[in-house]
Amino acid sequence: MPSFIVDFFKYDFLVRALLVGLMVSLSASLLGVSLVLKRYSMIGDGLSHVGFGSLAIATALGASPLIITIPVVILAAFLLLRISESGNIRGDAAIAMISTGSMAIGVLFISVTTGVNTDIFNYMFGSILSMSEGDLVLSLILSAIVLILYSLFYHKIFAVTFDENFARATGVNAGAYNSLLAVLSAITIVLGMRVMGALLISSLIIFPALTAMRLMKSFRSVAITAAVVSCLCFLTGLFSSYALALPTGATIVCVNILAFLLFSAVAALKSNLAGRSFKEQS
Amino acid sequence: MDVDSSLIRCEDLSFGYDGRRVIRNLNFSINKGDYLAIVGENGSGKTTLLKGLLNLIKPLSGHVIIGQGLEYKNIGYLPQQTQVQRGFPANVKEVVLSGRLNRTAFIPRYSKQDRQAAKKQMERMSILDLSQTSYRDLSGGQQQRVLLARALCAADRMMVMDEPASGLDPLVSHELYSLIRELNQKDQMTIIIVSHDIHCVLKDASHVLHLKGEQIFYGKREDYINSEHSYLLDGHTECIAPKDCRRG
Repeated sequence: MPSFIVDFFKYDFLVRALLVGLMVSLSASLLGVSLVLKRYSMIGDGLSHVGFGSLAIATALGASPLIITIPVVILAAFLLLRISESGNIRGDAAIAMISTGSMAIGVLFISVTTGVNTDIFNYMFGSILSMSEGDLVLSLILSAIVLILYSLFYHKIFAVTFDENFARATGVNAGAYNSLLAVLSAITIVLGMRVMGALLISSLIIFPALTAMRLMKSFRSVAITAAVVSCLCFLTGLFSSYALALPTGATIVCVNILAFLLFSAVAALKSNLAGRSFKEQS
Repeated sequence: MDVDSSLIRCEDLSFGYDGRRVIRNLNFSINKGDYLAIVGENGSGKTTLLKGLLNLIKPLSGHVIIGQGLEYKNIGYLPQQTQVQRGFPANVKEVVLSGRLNRTAFIPRYSKQDRQAAKKQMERMSILDLSQTSYRDLSGGQQQRVLLARALCAADRMMVMDEPASGLDPLVSHELYSLIRELNQKDQMTIIIVSHDIHCVLKDASHVLHLKGEQIFYGKREDYINSEHSYLLDGHTECIAPKDCRRG
């Protein structure tokens, strides 16, 4: 094992970031499959901005950031879901309004109280130093709940993702499962935001799902591949950011971009080969 | 008609969104084994009525009375396809199996029985060889067969279909309509269908419901064809029999 990885485990804050990051990557990728397929990607992005706003306010008030931010973001998740479901054409505009609005309120709040400092930068782009011991325990419990609920209700989540009308007609309470998705996403985003940053966290939701969909043909294989890709990208990103002294969140996103390009290239190659063999046959 | 023998009876029913009435004055009943074609121009309230019959939207006034021991879980639904679905990464087996979801417990797990039922419906729709194929790689006709197999997994007494042949070429549409005819005639399944291929559905339908914001005709197929309301038949091309358009 390279010596820098051995060194890595000597620092408690790094190990905390690693544990929380892995759990968040796992939850975000699984939820992301449904969010991306249901065209709810923008909700994830909107939630992270609301998270930034409430995190800034919580810090300015000296309150525990997670305990204030999680309920606020869950409320925002219900609101954004309603906006998207209403089928209103202005839904996307409303989401953009809410996300930029929360950012602005957060920035103002910080600049009036503690003044603009490194906190703002850390909230936007993430900081590996941000996890306290208490945050770690709360994060691990919450992400375990996300994973357990997702796997228990996997079949219903699939049905609601594929065809909400049919699911509803056969007696599945589609509204409840949409809300479940929204709440789980809200929790995941808040937990991941500390390490990844408000501006970058939604990449953990969107990238692994899109990467897996390049190659995989069934819902189950998309979900599993997204989870594996997400964790591998997180680990690669975290270790390389540590070794090369780069910002962690941004490095993880860049590794995800590489994975996406790799999967796209393989998919293109496969369809090219399939097309060629079809031509030879005919 | 004996009212008590009906599976679904609608009385002075009206539906709408946001307090605005889309369709009103509905009075009709559906009996076991009926093949009801719901016709009408775009925006005449056909899809709204189907959603109302399936209890997906609540009536503004009137009642939908379900009789003869029919339950919502006995009614299969073939909704209009959405853009999201056409490119969806799920294989055929996953989609068909999801039709059994209403038979599973609150925390759902599929039993061996569920898997066998899904297999049986895939065989019936001749898509068993596609079970591992991704839904997004299927042709439009194959996708409809998959959705029909899923609906058959969910219910075996009544099937509600919303434009099942939209976007399909004539040959594939004909195959689909023959499948539906078979379900009705061989398996005694009650069919409620909304379709633009009015000539095709009128060949098989036992009853017709013509909508135009309200019910303007309900009755037997023969009576409809002879009525002044059958003007929709004029503007459409004849239904080409499958033998005429069979390839080669």
